[in-house]
Amino acid sequence: MSQKTDHHVILRVVAKPLIPIISLFAFYVQFHGDYSPGGGFQAGVIFAVAVILYALIFGIAPAMRAVPPVFTRSLAAFGFLLYAGVGVWALIMGGNFLDYDALFNEPPGGHDGQHYGILLIELGVLLAVAGSMLSIFYAFAGRVTEIKDEDW
Amino acid sequence: MTGYEGADLAIALINVILLGLLFVVAIAIARMRSLFAIVMLSGIYSLISATWFVALDAVDVAFTEAAVGAGISTALLLGAMLLTSRTAKPEKRSTAIVPLLVVIAVGCMLVYATIDLPAFGDPDSPANTYVGTAYIERTPQDIGVPNIVTAVLASYRGFDTLGEVGVVFAAALAVILLLGFGERSLSATIGRKDKGGRG
Repeated sequence: MSQKTDHHVILRVVAKPLIPIISLFAFYVQFHGDYSPGGGFQAGVIFAVAVILYALIFGIAPAMRAVPPVFTRSLAAFGFLLYAGVGVWALIMGGNFLDYDALFNEPPGGHDGQHYGILLIELGVLLAVAGSMLSIFYAFAGRVTEIKDEDW
Repeated sequence: MTGYEGADLAIALINVILLGLLFVVAIAIARMRSLFAIVMLSGIYSLISATWFVALDAVDVAFTEAAVGAGISTALLLGAMLLTSRTAKPEKRSTAIVPLLVVIAVGCMLVYATIDLPAFGDPDSPANTYVGTAYIERTPQDIGVPNIVTAVLASYRGFDTLGEVGVVFAAALAVILLLGFGERSLSATIGRKDKGGRG
């Protein structure tokens, strides 16, 4: 770190351990969504916030090296395609679009299709939302090189 | 006073306090000129609304409001603020009366509309009868997921949610089309500072 940003050392030390905890919480929200409030949208946003916090504290360039913009926009597209792909999978198996009961051709009363369908589309939502939010942030923040103190 | 009435009074008090805080924050946002303070106050506004949604038993909505409104919106608005000036232009007093009149008129219409609404938590209201009860009754057999909100969001209304994800994706696409990826402008400066740095 350069000399002039040294007075942010407390901010960096405090924020650094928070970032993995925020990411972990995002995955908790994601995979516990069947049982408690939460799901792909919230998890995706929380995960994006973890990366944005990193970018705000350590700078945009290190964040872009850690999570490259080409990765975030591919992630957004992949998430949307994953969601739509589950619908197409149900179509191929002979059901309606996004009809999870048709995914495994289960007998009535089986819930495997519903469980895996919801898990997959929530994963698609997570990837699409996290990727889109990070792409938007990079588009805004990538245009300024460094956030100076007097800018605030 | 029985315990039930006491709880009712406490909830009413919490609602009044939270709505009063929202009102104060909204007035402060309208009167301020520093964009940084406005962005921070809008984050606080979202956080208070999220608390209020918890008081209304809408936990999922509250969680979303806290994550989206207070979390990502604040960060994105800060990012957008960096591209513009730090203070808003002062407005003329004479033109400020028109938005005030519009707000008062719309507010009166909304208050008038609430007279016809069913009472909060009314078991006979349309939201709590037909399709709402059907979801609650059928989710255990149909979906087998404990959280009915997830069942409705991801399974019964899966097609709607696909559209919502499409909207988020389209928003990112629109920002990228307008502003660019952001990496090109950055990589130019990185290349100047430390030679050959990846961007």
